[in-house]
Amino acid sequence: MDEKTLEEIIARYDSPSGKVLGILGDIQRSEGYIPRETLEMLSVKIDVRISQLYSIVTFYSFFSTKPVGEHVITVCMGTACHVKGAVGILETLEKMLDLPGDASEDGKFSVTTKDNRFTVEIARCFGACSMAPVLQIDGILYGYATPASLPAILGKYGWKAS
Amino acid sequence: MTGQKAFDRAAGGAAGMKKLFPGKPRIAVGLATCGIAVGGQRVYDRLKEIIGKTGAGICLTKTGCIGYCREEPLVNIAIPGQPLVILHRVTEEDAEGIVGAVRKGTVPHEKALCRVPSWDHMTGTVITYGTGFDEIPLYAEIPFFKHQKKVILRNAGFINPEDIEEYLAVGGYAAAEQALTRMDPESIISEVEKSGLRGRGGAGFPTGTKWRITKDAPGKEKYIICNADEGDPGAYMNRNEMESDPHMLIEGMIIGAYAMGAKEGLIYIRAEYPLAIKRLRLAIDQARSCGFLGKNIFAVDEGRACGLHGKNIFGTGFDFDIRIATGAGAFVCGESTALVASIEGRTGRPHPRPPRLTDPGGGLWGIPSDLNNVETWCNIPVIIRNGSGWYAKIGAEKNTGTKVFSLVGKVDRVGLVEVPLGTTLDTIVFDIGNGGGGGKKVKAVQTGGPSGGCIPVRLFDTPVNYESLNEVGSIMGSGGIVVMDEDTDMVDIARYFINFATGESCGKCVPCREGLRHTLILLNRIMAGKGSAKDLETLALLADTIKNTSLCGLGQSAPNPVLTTLAYFREEYDALVKP
Repeated sequence: MDEKTLEEIIARYDSPSGKVLGILGDIQRSEGYIPRETLEMLSVKIDVRISQLYSIVTFYSFFSTKPVGEHVITVCMGTACHVKGAVGILETLEKMLDLPGDASEDGKFSVTTKDNRFTVEIARCFGACSMAPVLQIDGILYGYATPASLPAILGKYGWKAS
Repeated sequence: MTGQKAFDRAAGGAAGMKKLFPGKPRIAVGLATCGIAVGGQRVYDRLKEIIGKTGAGICLTKTGCIGYCREEPLVNIAIPGQPLVILHRVTEEDAEGIVGAVRKGTVPHEKALCRVPSWDHMTGTVITYGTGFDEIPLYAEIPFFKHQKKVILRNAGFINPEDIEEYLAVGGYAAAEQALTRMDPESIISEVEKSGLRGRGGAGFPTGTKWRITKDAPGKEKYIICNADEGDPGAYMNRNEMESDPHMLIEGMIIGAYAMGAKEGLIYIRAEYPLAIKRLRLAIDQARSCGFLGKNIFAVDEGRACGLHGKNIFGTGFDFDIRIATGAGAFVCGESTALVASIEGRTGRPHPRPPRLTDPGGGLWGIPSDLNNVETWCNIPVIIRNGSGWYAKIGAEKNTGTKVFSLVGKVDRVGLVEVPLGTTLDTIVFDIGNGGGGGKKVKAVQTGGPSGGCIPVRLFDTPVNYESLNEVGSIMGSGGIVVMDEDTDMVDIARYFINFATGESCGKCVPCREGLRHTLILLNRIMAGKGSAKDLETLALLADTIKNTSLCGLGQSAPNPVLTTLAYFREEYDALVKP
């Protein structure tokens, strides 16, 4: 992120309340992750120690320090999705995208395909429980997902069966 | 902002009424997050295209969500003089037929869910739509709706949440105006106390008492905060409240700010709710431009403040504004001290209380602060408008008012359900929800998210109130009710929640950080068929220790799913372990 864009983001926050998380959230949404250089630049500009910023970035699950692929798929792991088969959705995605097998429901989960086309992440709950199980691709929600419906959904984003 | 013009609430309401009754048919598409996701936006776009092509004569708009999520996308049609008709499961392909029918003065009957001849918006406004369409069932005859009582969701699905004038038309901001111009802080707090309203975030602390403590706390400055960090998986009441009727929340906060003497309010909202954030920002801007937020709010006399030096010279003399602070996906930030740390730009790790938020040194930036859940704030306007006596008659003894629940999981009629407190689980799951989906037998419900417990079907005569749910080992929580059927493995459910809590533990205190991790290891072992009867004893002992020794509510309540499944579904554990 260039300096000017960062300054524009910082300028949106005129009160200290909610400022740091707000800025980091805007960076995350704009870049898909929080680049180290941006964090260093931010530290100087808002006069908050880099160690403190880093502790925030690693504490909150919304932030990621790793770059993401072209399309970000987020699988909801909320309770309603869980009882309606979210684990099966995640496992099917792992197979379809040939992801390394360390996918789990735990903590900060984020894996990117080797060709950098897709990143798969999990969310605690999108609050779209009525259409569980739910996944989100690049900000668009898909409800009533099944392992069988995934090829058609991913097909819209250029996925092809190998 | 001296020199502001006093806003004429009545004129705004009249303008809003013209939008609700434009003198021609009005079609409104339910566009909350889930409505959009199941195709509501495509329906809206297609309707817009058709109406645009074939000339005027029909007014197209959007609304929030009436809560019958299973039947979405929902579309309302109001033809002058006839009842409002709610269409369900509408697709883009239906758009042509809808417009064609409306042009002929009717509705596509095969798509009609129900009709609404009149609707009580509870704040002094009853809207009469009209009569006719007798062959379409009445709203009150639909099983999903007939046991419900809409107080919080009274406007959801009827008005356009992005238009303050429509909120004004149904009595919006009348309560705030009444509070700020004709009541003193003491009488407002007294009304809230007498209403019996208790915190809707789950703990059930009396709201009026919390307000009084904040008001009486030393120091001139106070903050009020809205907890919109709806972190319980399986719960989305607050999302819909903010997406469908954001002004109700803002109005509640204005009244609270005046009662407690706060100049600034914060809404701490989770980042996963972009549409709610967008609509709240829009609503805050609209409220500012009407003079309901900012300096000298609800000024009554146009021009009197003009040209005078300083502020607060005439009018109510009260300044208040609201900011939005976004969260970043940490469940523990629902805990009050962690939430404040998060707004201040720190990691969300709780500290021991006292000091509480309301204490000097304990609140936001050390200033005494009042923290209430979205739905708690949403209750305030109707209490002030209709009086504490009116409100206290709803619900049950010591559990007054209604509560919105998200009825999800393996239940036939999925949706948001608003019922008086004291309604039984039986009514909610079977009468409203129609039991398990696909003819399956319901086994249990899980209430209160990761802090709650599983309640077996044999205890479904339990009234849903704060105390009764505690007695059966669960909690009210924020209102998530996840239904489990005969196929649900209850040990897996316990494992699911412990896994969640382990990931969300902030790591500060040992019982929570280490205890939950070991609980998870034990549950994984049991589920892999490698557990022993001794492990079950250890599990129960560990759960008890975590509950009694953790620092904050997260750890203290995290073992509840294990304790309740051990108590009610012991046979499922026994079947997995070696003797």
